[in-house]
Amino acid sequence: MKIPGLSRTLSVLATLFGISIFVFLVLRVIPGDSITGAFGIETGALTPGQIAELRVYYGIDQSLLLQYISWIHSFLTGKLGFAYSTGVSVATLTKSSLPVTIELAIIGTVLGVVLGIAIGMFSAKKPGSTRDFAGQLFGLLALAIPGFVLSTGIVTVMANKFHYFPNGYEYMTPWENPWMNFQQMMFPGLVLGIAVAAPVMRTTRSALLETVDKDFVRTAHGKGVPNNKVQYRHVLRNSLIPIVTMTGIQFGYLLGGAVIVEKIFALPGMGRQILDAIMKREYATVQSSIMVFAIMFVLINVATDVIYRKIDPRIKK
Amino acid sequence: MKNKEIKTKGALHYYLQSTSGIVGAVLVLIMVIVAICSIFGITPYDPVEQHIDNILQGPSAHFWFGTDDFGRDVFSRTLEGMRRSLTVSITAVSLATILGVTFGILAGYVGKWFDQLVTRVSDVFFAFPAILLALAIVASLGNAWYDTALAIGVVYTPIFIRVARGPVLTVKEMDYIKISRVLGFSSFRILRKHIFPNVFAPIVVQIALSLSWAILTESGLSFLGLGTQPPTPSLGLMVSDAQPLAAFAWWTLVFPSLFITIVVVGLNLVGDGLRDALDPARRSS
Repeated sequence: MKIPGLSRTLSVLATLFGISIFVFLVLRVIPGDSITGAFGIETGALTPGQIAELRVYYGIDQSLLLQYISWIHSFLTGKLGFAYSTGVSVATLTKSSLPVTIELAIIGTVLGVVLGIAIGMFSAKKPGSTRDFAGQLFGLLALAIPGFVLSTGIVTVMANKFHYFPNGYEYMTPWENPWMNFQQMMFPGLVLGIAVAAPVMRTTRSALLETVDKDFVRTAHGKGVPNNKVQYRHVLRNSLIPIVTMTGIQFGYLLGGAVIVEKIFALPGMGRQILDAIMKREYATVQSSIMVFAIMFVLINVATDVIYRKIDPRIKK
Repeated sequence: MKNKEIKTKGALHYYLQSTSGIVGAVLVLIMVIVAICSIFGITPYDPVEQHIDNILQGPSAHFWFGTDDFGRDVFSRTLEGMRRSLTVSITAVSLATILGVTFGILAGYVGKWFDQLVTRVSDVFFAFPAILLALAIVASLGNAWYDTALAIGVVYTPIFIRVARGPVLTVKEMDYIKISRVLGFSSFRILRKHIFPNVFAPIVVQIALSLSWAILTESGLSFLGLGTQPPTPSLGLMVSDAQPLAAFAWWTLVFPSLFITIVVVGLNLVGDGLRDALDPARRSS
């Protein structure tokens, strides 16, 4: 009974199952149902008979269990459910919006990790010095300034001083127009990157400071390894585990942050899809979109585990 | 995690030795005082009163932070917004602390299937971006301040479960607990006198940090239009309203943003200060 990754897979599935139940139940509490959402104030003009017919049509006359099963069924068979008001399948919506969010998340993560590790190393080199103070101040401010404040500030300054409105144009994928896409992604990516950089920086700093005191670092210095090599091969490499963990955790934040950033920078990603759906009371779209997020998030966690094993040969099961 | 004996008196002494801790406490204190002023109506103007003759005025002796596009006093609105942010965050974090610590300690102490159940359920919540869950909950509950507080509280509970459960698992196996049990002390007494003090330090630190996240989440939700509804001011909503104005009326954007940042910086510094003061291992450095 030793199938590699079996227990991992089972726990991933259990987590996803739990999230699906939770999301499903939470959204049933919404006052007013999707009929009011789809028809707005015109709902009042419908006769009770029509409403009953619509309830049957949308499938919300059934018991919760049946509704859940039919949602999961349509989710798994690839359509991800349908938006009530437009009848478009959530899969169609997701197909165009998911790449936007993934691109944004990748830019944010890469920027955040590079920036965070660089500033963390910069800070840890001389603890207590002015440069350490500057590094820590950056970490603190990056943590404290909300993404929506930073985004609003950037949009205002860019539009006002430089007459630069990349979000005034329709969104372009990197394949259609790489230059335009870069302009549209640059600032939202930066905002997310700064948010990720803060905790990565703090983790890097404290992990480095802890490792520097270890015996093997002193030995490396003692046997005459050049300082630079000690810093990268011995200190940084041994500090990577907490940094990778923190990056994995931040990815979740990144997905949440995408909701706000996509709204401000008018990017048609998953975050905006969820927000629109919430406003329109589209149960199915909200549920399925959040599930897509959950799957991404769980996959990232698995990836983090794999990376652990790559960077630290000691971790083996 | 070694056995930690914390004396509150000593902790205060160590806390006051850290500069960042003091700075943080001062910043938080200012914001709390400001919020209390707003509770008792000690603001220069009514936060929703519209001064039609003074639309979009810059900061002046009359309007310290200027006025917005409805001629409302930005200073009074910022104070009111801070009060709302703090009310929601404190309620949310209190809820999360009570629920999380209770379930965390019980799960760690009772163990077996109960621990399994609590850990599994909290893993599900934990495995997920907080703001998204809060978004879904707020969307379904409503826009009242307690709905937001409930949403944020539920989302932060697993953090406290984790923080409380960890030390319990370690301490539970220690000899002095086993001896207490042999001596016939009741579970309640062991929990209260021997286990809770060990959980106390990490929880206090976590409260400070969670408050800062809760403020960011609350303002994020109201920025998205899912929190406090106009005309009632909230910091996130004020930033959102300032979007089209900021280019020619910077004060509408800068002051509410500044207040959020100050309180979050303050709470983080307090958290760092507490962590150093409550952890004997860090005191020497």
